[in-house]
Amino acid sequence: MKRLLLLVMLMLAAPIAAQDTMPPAPYAYRQLDDPAKEARAQALMETLRCLRCQSQSIADSDAPMAGDMRSQVRERIAAGEDPEAIRAWLVERYGDYVSYAPRVTALTWPLFALPVVLLLLAAVLLRRRFGGAEAGENGA
Amino acid sequence: MNDAPRIRSWMLWLPLAAFAGFVVLVMVGLLRPADREVASAMIGKPLPPFDLRPAIPERPGLSRKDFAGGKPRLLNIFASWCIPCAVESSQLDALAKQGVEIDGIAIRDRREDVAAFLARNGNPFARIGADDVSAVQMAIGSSGVPETFVIDGRGVIRYQHIGEIRAGQVPLILRKLKEAEQ
Repeated sequence: MKRLLLLVMLMLAAPIAAQDTMPPAPYAYRQLDDPAKEARAQALMETLRCLRCQSQSIADSDAPMAGDMRSQVRERIAAGEDPEAIRAWLVERYGDYVSYAPRVTALTWPLFALPVVLLLLAAVLLRRRFGGAEAGENGA
Repeated sequence: MNDAPRIRSWMLWLPLAAFAGFVVLVMVGLLRPADREVASAMIGKPLPPFDLRPAIPERPGLSRKDFAGGKPRLLNIFASWCIPCAVESSQLDALAKQGVEIDGIAIRDRREDVAAFLARNGNPFARIGADDVSAVQMAIGSSGVPETFVIDGRGVIRYQHIGEIRAGQVPLILRKLKEAEQ
């Protein structure tokens, strides 16, 4: 009985989490009427990081700030703005951190160059090993 | 023919060494405390244009034009639903008592909630704008509450303090305000 009472109390308890009580921004949970524009907005939102919940995109997150970001993205796309311009606007404010889409910069180019270097190195090594063995056999 | 095996035995350890290096790199990344703060990239840039309605009837709203008075000001991003914001209120009061002019932006907040929050914690603000959809917050590169920005006399963002201002950090804020005078 005590346990049941506790359970009921838990179910009725309001969370003290730091959340506001304001209604979500206009386009936080509402799609754009134009399906083509909504698709563009969706594609962009999936590659923008939620700043309050950092392993989620703003498309995935229910954080109020992610809702505000979604609303802003949709409103701007509805107004005809280019998705990459919106991404650039956010990167200008939060740095590369806000974007999940990788960019080649002075800091990140080794990430793109390294696989190519390793592939070339592997090709050279394999050529020397097998090509060399053949040459060795021929030579012997 | 004698040299070849010696080079090879030395080369044999290279992949293991490379792997060990990789493991060390991953461990360092895993064990280092995660930095979850997202710093604004707007430091050194002017405030973008904005115009916010008053968050409470007792104080005027806030716009970009209020930051051109020639004197550095603090811009405090807060919300009544934010618990650390209540923690920093006595520090903001101390700053206001020392003559620092502080403007506030209330994020996603209701008029009566802001009024109750200020009645509880004191009101150090000269103006308070209401940002209902975090638009100004995004425009200045702020990612949470509370955050405090030092804005110089020409409206340029000079410093961002992420999280609540703790008792020991009041001198730091005063120093940043002093630096913003130049």
